[in-house]
Amino acid sequence: MPEYQIVVCGSVVPDPLQTLEPVAGPAGPALKNEMMLPAWLDPWAGHALYEAANLAAKNPGSKVWLVALGPKAKLQQAMMTLAQKVPFELVALDGSASGFTDATETATALAEAIQAIPGLDRSRLLVFGGWESASRGAGATMQIVGEILGITDQFQGVDGVGIGVDGSLRIIERIEGGRHQVSICEAPPVLIGWATGNLPEPRNNPQVGMANMRAIMPALQKAKPAKTGAEGVTFHSVSLPKQARDTKIVKDLPPDQIAAEIVGWITNK
Amino acid sequence: METILFLSPTEAGSPLSKNALEALATTKQLADSLGTTFIVGLWGDNPKEAADGIASCGAAKFLAVTGADFAQPRYATDAAAAEALARAAAATIVIGPAGSRWNRILAGVAHRLGGRADSHVTGLSVSGGAPAVARWYYRQRMEGILSRAQRPWVLAVESGIAPAWQGSPGSASVEAVACTPPAVRSKVTGIESPAADLQTIRPDADLLFVTGAGWTKKQPDGQVKTPEAEKLILGFLRLARASLGSSKSLVDLSGEGQATLTFLTHMNQVGQTGSTPRHAKGLSTCCHGEEPHTVGWRFIGERRAISLDPNCGWSRGKADVLYVADAFAVIAKVNELLAQKAGG
Repeated sequence: MPEYQIVVCGSVVPDPLQTLEPVAGPAGPALKNEMMLPAWLDPWAGHALYEAANLAAKNPGSKVWLVALGPKAKLQQAMMTLAQKVPFELVALDGSASGFTDATETATALAEAIQAIPGLDRSRLLVFGGWESASRGAGATMQIVGEILGITDQFQGVDGVGIGVDGSLRIIERIEGGRHQVSICEAPPVLIGWATGNLPEPRNNPQVGMANMRAIMPALQKAKPAKTGAEGVTFHSVSLPKQARDTKIVKDLPPDQIAAEIVGWITNK
Repeated sequence: METILFLSPTEAGSPLSKNALEALATTKQLADSLGTTFIVGLWGDNPKEAADGIASCGAAKFLAVTGADFAQPRYATDAAAAEALARAAAATIVIGPAGSRWNRILAGVAHRLGGRADSHVTGLSVSGGAPAVARWYYRQRMEGILSRAQRPWVLAVESGIAPAWQGSPGSASVEAVACTPPAVRSKVTGIESPAADLQTIRPDADLLFVTGAGWTKKQPDGQVKTPEAEKLILGFLRLARASLGSSKSLVDLSGEGQATLTFLTHMNQVGQTGSTPRHAKGLSTCCHGEEPHTVGWRFIGERRAISLDPNCGWSRGKADVLYVADAFAVIAKVNELLAQKAGG
């Protein structure tokens, strides 16, 4: 049975239920009260982590690292919940997780951190991450991480990975029209940008939390500073959509009449 | 002076996709605005066919990487072909259609070229003589307009932001670009599609039908009517030829093992952690939630909603019309009327 080394890249994002408002900061756009907003692991990176832990559990001897870039205080906040979900070793990078930073700078910091993990064996290496983030949402970071690491077997928008008897990987990626493309990759190293996958969020497990936190706190303390910005980028504007629609409320109309109105609207090209 | 390259993969026997033709129109418009020309770069098994289809687009030249090695939608070979074409064109701006194939490689290609990439571009303009792009941040919560100093600047243009290029086919003079196929360890073995009657995602549909968790809740008679909901929704999709979007809460029910709509997957999910599709019209049913949830229909033109809550944040200020009504009763009647129309 293969023993994988699974490195998951992820960052923190503001709780999406919070009101987000852009403001002009000294280094470009930022979010209003950014440091006050509650943070959690980016949702797609979360799916990647849960899929990694599931794969590791099915292949004894495998190990999961989470390479996370964000302000140290925010990472710590996110780890309080995340640590209770699945076993992993944290590699923390202290830097901006803003959506307005550039993917190349983020990817360079992540790739350097991965390369510095002791004992990494490319023949067992699976690099996971979210196919996009809920901040920049560009789908660029993981591609560049792969390029820096020299991994050209890359898959994005992945919803499933299976392991063949010969050790090959069967990967299904989202493509247009609600379909999936199926690929076979002979063996690691491979880079996978996860979409949603198929696993529910794991329940909190205090025992896993205690085991994780023993290593997480020291990892946070020695988090390496990462320079992430947006060199060469000029933001001309960042704004919230202002258009509020003047909603017509239709009450007390029988279903028959509503249906007739809707059908007229649908069929009127 | 910018050197602009339109890049697209091709499929044997198929003309360029609508999305690619829209990106071509955007490229042409940018070139016109900057007072320059553009180059077309295509790759695939036989890109000449696709080049002929756009022979009259006004490109200064057509470049192509040709061969069976470049037919599969695969990172290693697609990135190699795109890199070779961009180098051959000495492009400073590279524009491609935001499909799965281009989205998979554009940032990697930009890295190889020493440039930068921006995806999900929803607008291209010229500001002070320099190109600027519009894109959204924080899952369509805010829009930014930016320029970059780095070149080449590699872009993926979203569909629906420009009319598709239209023109006469002809015989394009295609210049071959040499590209040694890289060693590959991956191969595409097939496509998995839902059964025809369960194919609910239709990007080209005029209408997006959004379903919320209300469909699986207890109805006024105290009963949960999930099988009836399934029948109504699938019937509506078939009759209205609509595409199906869903709220996260409804999709998550299936992941949690609860009774839900069996044809829903996470691919139907719209919003913060789902897609933000583009359709001319949108009809939401049984959806609820505030601003963060409504990004799923950010790019929908005309919007109507059916909800029992007249104050719901999903609809108020977001929809053009809100019908305060029971979606079960309304959609049943809508299906009846649509069936009558279809029957002539």
